[in-house]
Amino acid sequence: MSGSRERILGRVRAALADVPAAERPDDVAVPRDYAAAHGGGERVALFAERVADYRAVVHRVPADGLAEALARALARRGARRVAVPADLPGDWLAAADAVAVPDGALPVAELDAVDGVVTGCAVAIAETGTIVLDAGAAQGRRVLTLVPDYHLCVVRADQVVDAVPQALPRLDPRRPLTWISGPSATSDIELDRVEGVHGPRTLEVVITE
Amino acid sequence: MSATFVGMPAFPEAARAATGDAQLRHNLRRATHTIRDKRAAVVGELDDWAGLRAAGKAVKDRTLRHLDVYLERFEAAVTAAGGQVHWAADAAEANRVVTDLVLATGERDVVKVKSMATQEIELNQALAEAGITAYETDLAELIVQLSDDLPSHILVPAIHRNRAEIREIFRDRMAAWGAPAPDGLGDDPRALAEAARVHLRERFLRTRVAVSGANFAVADTGTLVVLESEGNGRMCLTLPDTLISVVGIEKLVPTWSDLEVFLQLLPRSSTGERMNPYTSTWTGVTPGDGPQEVHVVLLDNGRTDVLADTVGRQALRCIRCSACLNICPVYERTGGHAYGSVYPGPIGAILTPQLRGTGGAVEAALPFASSLCGACYEVCPVAIDIPEVLVHLREEVAGGAGHRAERAAMGAAGWVLGDRRRLDAAQRAASAARSLAPRHLPGPGAAWTDTRDLPEIPEESFRSWWRRRSGPGEGAR
Repeated sequence: MSGSRERILGRVRAALADVPAAERPDDVAVPRDYAAAHGGGERVALFAERVADYRAVVHRVPADGLAEALARALARRGARRVAVPADLPGDWLAAADAVAVPDGALPVAELDAVDGVVTGCAVAIAETGTIVLDAGAAQGRRVLTLVPDYHLCVVRADQVVDAVPQALPRLDPRRPLTWISGPSATSDIELDRVEGVHGPRTLEVVITE
Repeated sequence: MSATFVGMPAFPEAARAATGDAQLRHNLRRATHTIRDKRAAVVGELDDWAGLRAAGKAVKDRTLRHLDVYLERFEAAVTAAGGQVHWAADAAEANRVVTDLVLATGERDVVKVKSMATQEIELNQALAEAGITAYETDLAELIVQLSDDLPSHILVPAIHRNRAEIREIFRDRMAAWGAPAPDGLGDDPRALAEAARVHLRERFLRTRVAVSGANFAVADTGTLVVLESEGNGRMCLTLPDTLISVVGIEKLVPTWSDLEVFLQLLPRSSTGERMNPYTSTWTGVTPGDGPQEVHVVLLDNGRTDVLADTVGRQALRCIRCSACLNICPVYERTGGHAYGSVYPGPIGAILTPQLRGTGGAVEAALPFASSLCGACYEVCPVAIDIPEVLVHLREEVAGGAGHRAERAAMGAAGWVLGDRRRLDAAQRAASAARSLAPRHLPGPGAAWTDTRDLPEIPEESFRSWWRRRSGPGEGAR
């Protein structure tokens, strides 16, 4: 196998015989005159509008109205047992009737049997209506937000950035990341978008500000 | 899957059959026009698209010009993060590496995320020969696999199928591969997506090994990136114990922050969305989260040959968005199968002959499967000048064996045009014989004049007219 490593690297170097030996990667100029963001309105409002564009359900509530908003959402959904990351803030589900099932290492079959999952997020991107999970605080491991069919996600207004270029510096690539833009969807049948395939078919977002 | 592109006829013959298929033409027209409009709308939202495109091109050029540096950097980063890197010089070696890794787990089933690289090396066939069943989980790949068909599009391999055909395939074939289609399945896309969900659900929850590709590989951090829509990617990347990713060596980007360019360019160019529903990134192994055994197979398989061609090298910038297929007037009429490769359309017409060489009939025909209209270049998010490479490859093909008559004709023309006296004599002879000129060319030229009129020969050549008009002194020059 190491033979192929040397062979491929040798072929690459031979193929690049036209590149001057003194040239360093950074000598190849990369113009960065694209925009950091594209405007489009007030950040949180834009985020809410763009998430809703993907047919996710979106609510904007004051910070002290979070528990009430989550309780209402779970009641509307008819969710009785919801999985939560072990470090979900205790007051989030204080008003909810649903039973919280904290994840330690819940088996997949059990995750498949709950009525939904409630998490926070790491970063949200207004322009693209994207929520990024990094398995950090109030998020848990990746499988938690994948197997249940309903994902209720809390986004704090101060987690929302304008556009993709502001999101990347806030994220640690060593952590496993999941970027979510609406519920799972497919365009594979006649290139028409249909929501709801393998990931959660319903995404509900509560923005606190 | 036993279907293969091997033995397909060359483009002109395959295209003749495809363009006669009214159902195919209808399906393709509908799909390509839908996606074209969506792409144009979301690209139009960004007033700095040209800047993003220039940056995407330059980042890829930087990577390619120093690919050896970035490959070694990537390998070190993956290894440091607990992953294992393997190198595969060609398809056979990549298939062997993946097969051995799967066999070592003791498992005989693998789930797959849609991946062009594994299509290219025909991994599923190689696994089948070793007694391993690979289950495609992307909806379009599933359709292709169930119907023992071939992919015809980079992004939507079953683009040539409409909803009624998909329903038939699900109804007739799903039971042979796992959970059967529900009774009374209709052709509403929603119902079809639901059928796919039910069919694959158990498979996801119990399969211990997954195979993926990657859209990007970050050299600095060792991170792999997969963009998808359905969540089948997340299932494969999260639930199994072992994850094997086959990654072309051209997939690298230098740094984490370089993704800010590509995560804007790719979704808008491919599915016409501001962002695709799911993007997963992972770096080696994360204890307690996702696969605990992570392998990356770096694949050459002809890419270094492409890299060696200073004109053709730009094809390696491709991020497989398929915007060039969707806009192409030729692809819209012939569909993807006519290109005889997993890479169809304009990008396939320059990639396939470079990856495989122009020796074969299929490969030699591909650089001519274009009207050179340039629409592909305009929509390409990394500014690959596809027409330039097509012309470059035409030169290569024309310089090779098998074009003797054309070369002889061009040689004779050059001999006549290269000398004033010879040209005068030829033009006088042509004018004198103009009443005898045929409407159609005989012999090998006949096909050319089937669809074109031969130009009329004038009574007198321009040069002769000019001489007569301006007097002997001027005309002698």
